[in-house]
Amino acid sequence: MNLALHDVEYRLGRFILTAVGLGLLLTTVMAMNGIYAGMVEDALSIVRAPKVDLWVVQKDTNGPFAESSRVPEDLYRNILTVSGVSEASPVAYQLLQIEHQEKILRLQVIGYRLGGLGGPPAIAAGRPILKNRYEMVVDRKAGVSLGTQFKFGRITLEVVGLTEGVVSNSGDSAAFITLEDAQELQFLKSNEAIRNDRARLQSDLSQNPQLSGVSADNLSSLLQSSHIANVILVRLEPWANAEEVAKNIARWTHYNVLTTQQQEDFLAKNVIERARQQILLFRIILLVVAAVIIALIIYTMTLEKTRDIATLKIIGAPNSKIVGLILQQSLILGFLGFVFGTIIISLTYEYFPRRLVLLVSDQIMVFGIVIGICIAASGIGIHKALSIDATTAMAG
Amino acid sequence: MMQQVSAQNLTKIFGEGDTEVIALKDASLDVEAGEVVALMGPSGSGKTTLLRAISLIDPPTSGKIEIAGETIFEGKKVLIDDRLLRRQRMGIIFQSYNLIPFLTVVENVALVLTLNGVSNRESLKRARALLERLDLGHRADIYPATLSGGEQQRVAVARAVVNDPVVILADEPTAALDSERGKAVMDLLRQLGHEKRAAVIVVTHDERMVKGFDRIYHLNDGILTVEHLNSKEKNGHPAME
Repeated sequence: MNLALHDVEYRLGRFILTAVGLGLLLTTVMAMNGIYAGMVEDALSIVRAPKVDLWVVQKDTNGPFAESSRVPEDLYRNILTVSGVSEASPVAYQLLQIEHQEKILRLQVIGYRLGGLGGPPAIAAGRPILKNRYEMVVDRKAGVSLGTQFKFGRITLEVVGLTEGVVSNSGDSAAFITLEDAQELQFLKSNEAIRNDRARLQSDLSQNPQLSGVSADNLSSLLQSSHIANVILVRLEPWANAEEVAKNIARWTHYNVLTTQQQEDFLAKNVIERARQQILLFRIILLVVAAVIIALIIYTMTLEKTRDIATLKIIGAPNSKIVGLILQQSLILGFLGFVFGTIIISLTYEYFPRRLVLLVSDQIMVFGIVIGICIAASGIGIHKALSIDATTAMAG
Repeated sequence: MMQQVSAQNLTKIFGEGDTEVIALKDASLDVEAGEVVALMGPSGSGKTTLLRAISLIDPPTSGKIEIAGETIFEGKKVLIDDRLLRRQRMGIIFQSYNLIPFLTVVENVALVLTLNGVSNRESLKRARALLERLDLGHRADIYPATLSGGEQQRVAVARAVVNDPVVILADEPTAALDSERGKAVMDLLRQLGHEKRAAVIVVTHDERMVKGFDRIYHLNDGILTVEHLNSKEKNGHPAME
């Protein structure tokens, strides 16, 4: 005869309510896990999306995400000559903020060469970019519809397609445009800036007697170039060894070369490390709170059964039966709380502002921790139950 | 005839030094199989203390106790697992019924059998049969809170006898009942005690309830004396002297 189950059945309403409360607490723990996993996945999605093997960036930098990086656009031609390289393309990354439908919209703009690496992984609606200028494909998460036009600086871009699953490491939706458009946005100066630079150059030229006849107007178009990218993406032949090719490229071109794994490690460890620690702290606090709450609940339930436990002792129930009553109730409470928590997070995770990724491994970990907490928390109730004086059931 | 309960020179002292209280002083008591005896005395005289001592719920300070010929306490030592003793060989009835509220009536009665290793199914079957006999079969599947006081105490009696105990201890079983229901419970106790050949010890302070008992023990200031009742032969048992 399972006393724990009978007690739960008798006080079912209260038990369910308590389990739901515990479930809500565990939902926040699961949400924290999901937020962290989502952050990692977001951070890595932008690295994984182009499906490349190497990232060639400015020397002595770890760009283009952790640090800024500038490389000549045509560097990719040199890289194509390296043995083992199958494809190479220049890509520009830039974060932009714009007002859209009275809301601020932040976009991770990715500029790529049409036909090259770094474009949208798949088109979910509309069509891909076909023209060299003024078209864009945006991630669905931005909530932007086809045909929407955005004005960035001097250019206007029209949304011709929607994609899915690519965000920046801070969770901003990706927007794919051509490299030319990206270069104009990122590297091309405004007219006022150009005029100021030209005036400064003219002043410098006039101070140098050997160059006094040279016009700044003629020189400035040569000096100002927007044919720049933030990174050259490289895809290797199946037989090539990434580390070897990376070394070759770095030796030949004097740029820094990172493998995709190194980019991922860098982002995961450095870019989101503080967030990881913060979330870990929150998780610990929430689990401690859950442990205290479970212990209090079990202790209170034990106190309510003082007379019943005394009676059990008098009619001869061994301690194992009494321990089983308390421990099993604690485990049932924890199990039900976990189930409710899982149901609640499963129904609500899509409505969180940031991506939540629910991993089976995380859920198993939470379940294991909850069971451990229930066993430990029931210790207080068990201690109380075993110390109840049997004579309290007898008057006199 | 075998003594089912034999208590010799039981002494129970609470506290020490200035706060020492002698609740029992060399109390001796013998009850045979099938005998129903009453234990009477004023409040605080030690009646419940004696029951607790015999059942090892609160063992005595010194003395000797035998149950069905086996010594369970001697000197100052408990010689047996007290919980095992009570669930296998004793039935205990409380003043306030003490039914487990989250078990149904039949589960309350069956509980003792399951604690003794009887299967759930068999335990419930035997419990249900006993409840039918006590005219409580129609209440078997409800929770005790919905029963009247008299019904609850009859369920408590069923719980106490279902495991065929050799000793039944009842601590003021009729105190919370009116005289009619109290009498009914006492009659039931006597009947089952005789039937199961158990030694029945009933603590009561109501002299009206002891009609038909074999003997009365009086406890006063920890000292136990016996009053032999001039009772006719009843149910095949010879009259006690």
